[in-house]
This record gives sequence, structure tokens and C-alpha cells, in this order.
Amino acid sequence: MVKELERAGLPVVHVCTVTPISLTVGANRIVPAIAIPHPLGNPALDKDEEKALRRKLVLKALKALQTEVDGQKVFED
Amino acid sequence: MAKIKVVHYINQFFAGIGGEEKADIPAELHKGEVIGPGMAFNTGFKDEAEIIATIVCGDSYFNENIEAVKAEILGWVKDLAPDLFIAGPAFNAGRYGVACGTIAAAVQEELGIKSMTGMYVENPGADMYKDKTYILQTKDSAAGMRDAVKKMTAFALKYAKGEKIGASCQDGYMNQGVRVNFFEKERGSKRAVDMLLKKLADEPFTTEYPMPDFDRVEPNPAVKDMAHAKIALVTSGGIVVKGNPDHIESSSASRFGEYSLEGVYDLDENTFETAHGGYDPVYANQDADRVLPVDVLRDLEKEGVIGKLHEKYYATVGNGTSVANAKGFGAEIGKRLVADGVDAVILTST
Repeated sequence: MVKELERAGLPVVHVCTVTPISLTVGANRIVPAIAIPHPLGNPALDKDEEKALRRKLVLKALKALQTEVDGQKVFED
Repeated sequence: MAKIKVVHYINQFFAGIGGEEKADIPAELHKGEVIGPGMAFNTGFKDEAEIIATIVCGDSYFNENIEAVKAEILGWVKDLAPDLFIAGPAFNAGRYGVACGTIAAAVQEELGIKSMTGMYVENPGADMYKDKTYILQTKDSAAGMRDAVKKMTAFALKYAKGEKIGASCQDGYMNQGVRVNFFEKERGSKRAVDMLLKKLADEPFTTEYPMPDFDRVEPNPAVKDMAHAKIALVTSGGIVVKGNPDHIESSSASRFGEYSLEGVYDLDENTFETAHGGYDPVYANQDADRVLPVDVLRDLEKEGVIGKLHEKYYATVGNGTSVANAKGFGAEIGKRLVADGVDAVILTST
């Protein structure tokens, strides 16, 4: 899916936990997520902390979209 | 001759421990135990080989802690010193396939112990590890267990005994990209003409030099003006409107859904849920923002960080979904997003 969206002309950021799969599939901009059943959350935190964590990840994803890349790149911290 | 000693790796499901709710269990070593598909292997081995230990690990735990689990399991396998390490078969289970490929490749590379696994050709673990361990081709679901065990048992005995392994097409493993010199019966010019004649007659023929399939897409330019950009959300994590109105399948999805986000500022358990059957749904059902971050994007929209969150989002279930289907979904979703003037996409996966 990620590749077809890119092929359609849209910059895509793939937010996922198992980044090796994302690299194999062919995503270009990749942001590592928290965990498989809750990529953008952490049920162990209280609600405000969890939302702050999610916001951090989304901002990282937006930053990836604003970064020029010339191939595959995993946006670590 | 002494029996060939085999160590077997399986996930929590095939160990009979549980489904997705148990996918987070750490690795366990069961010395002297033969579990799940291991029993069929043991029967198939007759008296030539036996499983001396079974290692079990939850699929999510493995994939979320790859380096640590790998080190732990390698330690156990080193002490057990088997003649052969078998993982799986994983069929089309993505996380399981990655786990099987990772650990089989590590055992081979780091311990020098012969290893193998089995999975479906579209499993992401296949492309990642087919040149690092022997991956026997299986069907896409556990309904193909008998066939998989038969193939893997035959290969295991041959391999462990040090017999010559034939070409991938002869011995049923995935092509490792290794070339071996040998003499053909016919000379090259005749083979080429024969192939050409078959091609002209629309008959099936087998190439002698398959072209590698590098289907890469060049990244698009970055978003220049995020404060005026329209951002769309897409997910393979199965987030749907409560009740799953499009009946998206929990695995092997044949369709995707398009859902409105108009007036939606926060996903909650009364309005959205996941249709995905490949991960523990508890957390996403409680709060689907954990997979599809609508709440945060609405905040960022209000603050002017992004121009706009697209009023529709797209979802399917990425669980054993065929590559052909996923490609089709992506192409159609892409077309609709471009038509709606979307500038960039955040795609989330579980």
C-alpha cells in the first residue's frame, strides 16, 4: 500500500513497529512506533501522558514528510 | 548412527498457549519437549532424528525485542548444540515469519549450526531471509501443515545428513541467488531458440536467468509548507467505524473502507474499533487513536501546524493480505487522495 500511495505522487510516512518489514516492503520515510497492538499509544501511561507520547510521534512523522530523502530512511530519535 | 538432534522454534499459537492475547509472552525453553507441529516432524523423522528441545516465543514479543530475544535464544541453542535448527512453519503469518527467519538466520550465521524454516512466498520474512537460511515454500495457511511438514521433514533429513542439496526448484526451498556451474545437455543457442519458439507460440517456458524484481518507488519531494498542507490518514491496522459496516475480513482482506472524519475530534470505544484479527484488539478497541492518531492531528490542525486533516480516512486489515490485494487497495486509495487534493499521507501499521 505504502508504495502504491508513493507511486500515486503522494509523499508517505510509514509509522510502524517492525521497521525491517517496512524496509522490505519498500517504504521510503519510516518512523518507528511503540508496539504492534498500539503503535501510537501506550496503555500503561495515563491518558495525558499517552496523548503527549502520540503527539511526539505524529510530529516526528510530519517532520519526516518535510525532510527530503533520496532513498529509504528510518527516522530514529 | 546416532540420531540427528533437532531444536525446534514455534510461536505461542502453535505451542497451544494462546492467540493474540498471548503474543507478548517472552521466550521459553522446553528441554526434552516436543510441542505442536514438532510432533508431526518427530513422526516424520522416524528413527533418524529427534527434537531435543522446543523454544516458544510470542510473535509480538519477538518482533518488539528482536536483539534481546535473539541473544537469549542463541545462548540456549549454543548449549543444546543440535545438528539442525528448525523454525516454524510460519505460513503467511507476518510476525511469525520474521521471527522464524531472524532466528534461523542467526543460528546459522552466528553459531554455524545448520538451520531451516518454512513459510509462504509472500510472507515478509521470506524476502528478508531467503538468502540467509533455507526457507521451504509452504501454503499460505496452517491448512497446509501436512504438506509443509512432509516437505520440511524430507529436506531436514537430507540436509542434516550432509547429502547434496539440489537446486531450489528441485528441493522446494526459496531461491537463494546462488549459482552453480554444471553442463547442460543442449547448447545455449539451441536452448535460446527453443525458448523463443515457445514464447512466440504462447506456450509456457522457463527462463534461465530470471530478472531480479526491484520494485522500488522513488520518494516524492518533501512537503514544503506543512501549515497549509492537507494530510490524510491511512492504516492497515483495521480501524473501522464501530460494527465494521464494510465487513472487512479479519484476515486476508479483500477490500478496504473509506470513512468520514467530519466532526470527529477523538476516536472512542463507542464509535470506532478494529477489525484486525492479527493483533490483540483490546488496546485499539479502547482507544483507536492508538492506531489512527485523529485526536492529535485535530489538535495540530487547530494550532496551525498542519493545514488540514483530510475529512476521510482509509483502512484495511493487513493480516495475511495478499500483495496483489494490498497493491490494488493502495493504487485506488492513492487515486482518490490525489483527486481530493491531499498533499501527504501518514500510513500506520500494527
